[in-house]
Amino acid sequence: MKHHTIVLDHGSGGLLSHELTEKIMLPAFDNPVLSRLDDSAVLESQKGRMAFSTDSFVVDPLFFPGGNIGDLAVNGTVNDIAMSGAVPLYLSAGLIIEEGFAIRDLETIIASMAAAARQAGVSIVAGDTKVVPRGAADKLFINTSGVGWIAGDFEINAANARAGDCVLLSGTMADHGMTILNQREGLSFDADVKSDSAALNGLVARMLSAAPDGIRVLRDPTRGGVATALNEIALASGTGIQINESSLPVRKSVSGLCELLGIDPLYAANEGKLIAIVDRACADAVLAALRQDPLGADACIIGQAMADHPGRVVMETAIGGRRIVDMLTGGQLPRIC
Amino acid sequence: MEHTHHYRDGRLCRRLAEQIASMCAEDLRIMEVCGTHTVSAFRHGIRTLLPRSLSLISGPGCPVCVTDQAELDAFIEIANMPDTILATFGDLMRVPATGSSLQKEKARGKDIRMVYSTMDALDLARANPDQQVVFAGVGFETTAPTIAASILAAHAENLSNYSVYCAHKRVPPALDALMHLSGVEIHGFLLPGHVSVIIGEQAYAAFFEKHRIPCVIAGFEPADMLYAIGRLAEMIASGTPGLENAYGRAVSAQGNLRARQVMDRVFETTDALWRGLGRIADSGLAIGEEFADFDAARRFCVNVRPAAAPAGCACGEVLTGRCLPPQCPLYAGVCTPAHPVGPCMVSSEGTCAAYWKYNR
Repeated sequence: MKHHTIVLDHGSGGLLSHELTEKIMLPAFDNPVLSRLDDSAVLESQKGRMAFSTDSFVVDPLFFPGGNIGDLAVNGTVNDIAMSGAVPLYLSAGLIIEEGFAIRDLETIIASMAAAARQAGVSIVAGDTKVVPRGAADKLFINTSGVGWIAGDFEINAANARAGDCVLLSGTMADHGMTILNQREGLSFDADVKSDSAALNGLVARMLSAAPDGIRVLRDPTRGGVATALNEIALASGTGIQINESSLPVRKSVSGLCELLGIDPLYAANEGKLIAIVDRACADAVLAALRQDPLGADACIIGQAMADHPGRVVMETAIGGRRIVDMLTGGQLPRIC
Repeated sequence: MEHTHHYRDGRLCRRLAEQIASMCAEDLRIMEVCGTHTVSAFRHGIRTLLPRSLSLISGPGCPVCVTDQAELDAFIEIANMPDTILATFGDLMRVPATGSSLQKEKARGKDIRMVYSTMDALDLARANPDQQVVFAGVGFETTAPTIAASILAAHAENLSNYSVYCAHKRVPPALDALMHLSGVEIHGFLLPGHVSVIIGEQAYAAFFEKHRIPCVIAGFEPADMLYAIGRLAEMIASGTPGLENAYGRAVSAQGNLRARQVMDRVFETTDALWRGLGRIADSGLAIGEEFADFDAARRFCVNVRPAAAPAGCACGEVLTGRCLPPQCPLYAGVCTPAHPVGPCMVSSEGTCAAYWKYNR
């Protein structure tokens, strides 16, 4: 390819657009549905219910320890689909690129998207690329949408939590959010932190096979962190949720960075973790299933749902006190995913 | 950060809390002056471990909260000057000025940058030689040395497009003003840790000698705070007030001499306006004559017009311990973190925000 940077013509629909698609997108995403290059992808339908989700990614910086905007965009939508218990199948990818973006960086990001899709077992079957003049967008934005098949008659949603259920967390908190914050200009602490960006559909499949009827709620605590996700569950279900500070898993390096910067890890973003509200009777089986997977190795029970304080999340602190854990108001930091 | 878990040991903290309870025969009102103490107390659930007879009253220790309305309006005016970048710490962004906020001005296209240190603001000035970069200088003795250092650096390299609008305040004169305010009932002061790291224990000696009220400098971990509260309770119970430093691992008698020298070189004390406390003599820091070129107020003749606090807002009473957030008529109804009326509901160290977040 002669160009080293993206020019407006790469988004014109003309020759350069085709070249970009043929030379970068198609070889990377490599599937027969996309290769037809028709106006829409034609998919075989599955019997039963489908899950559908969309997410836009504007993370800054585009590259960070543990991943880049490409794998984040694939994993983010895969995870949203998986949180209803669905098996993610197909994704679309829409790119908005700022004029002047390095084509080498684009290739790296597309390769990461392809690798993440392969890892998650999904196909990227539809796509679109637009180029906007310099300054009209910041480097690269990606939107992904996706569909998945719900292979059973279970109901997994936030309203399902019941008093007595256990609250499980699949691993350490705040890895992604603190990695991004640490990368921001002027804040490059030499800390051993990296994003947890990962697809969680495999983990969900393990949980469902361990307790097909025992999983009430699944949430991936991205922006707003574990605290905000738990508040959403408490509000939707009308239960109260109590968590124990001393059982909350945080990597030492992440916890140190949080202390230094005054960030509460409960509110920092995760991109490869899930919260599960599980029937108490199945909690041990689900925990064991989680821990069998490397992505769930640090899984633990962090609390319980209860009839007290409906709609509220309350924490027993490490020193034995109590406090409310509220939703995040305002942003701890902008543009983390 | 390894050592912090010692100060969060559950058994130790509960034992300290039991000792406090054994000394609290009558109602005790202890003021934690610093906003970081307020947040730490809530965040760790310290208040729930204390006996009901002991009240922790939050004081004027959140820098954004004590900033006078007129100063907030001045920042908006600066942000609206042509060819100007206003650099600020994040806390100020959402604080309501009269009819606007820096966040709203930014959305309207004004060039307002959030920075993590004054050195970032200097970098902005170096990178944008055609723009004036003005730093919104809000804070206590904790941040003042870094502001002073930025002015010294700008002076050394003749950076003519950098200046500071200085609304810095000093803690000890505010304590004295509090003691003269009617309706304030305080039996002891939990003195700020970070401020004391800079100014040292000696900075409170005159205040203590004048008022003979128990004063203990405290760290921010749960065991630090509980120990210091215990010392205050003991002094109050025995009627033997003292000035003590319970944060010896960070605070010395003289404070950080280098930081104090930098401050003394750049700043001179001046009267300052405080929300809730009004004008307090010698409680502010102004940029001295030698560095007048770096004083945004003088360079741009910023108009500081007296401005009234938002109608109905009790931030002034909350800051001085005369009103608890839930007693403010606007709290949780009109004024919430998403739609704040007063600064105490916005700042991460604001008392109303802490009550809302942890204690609703």
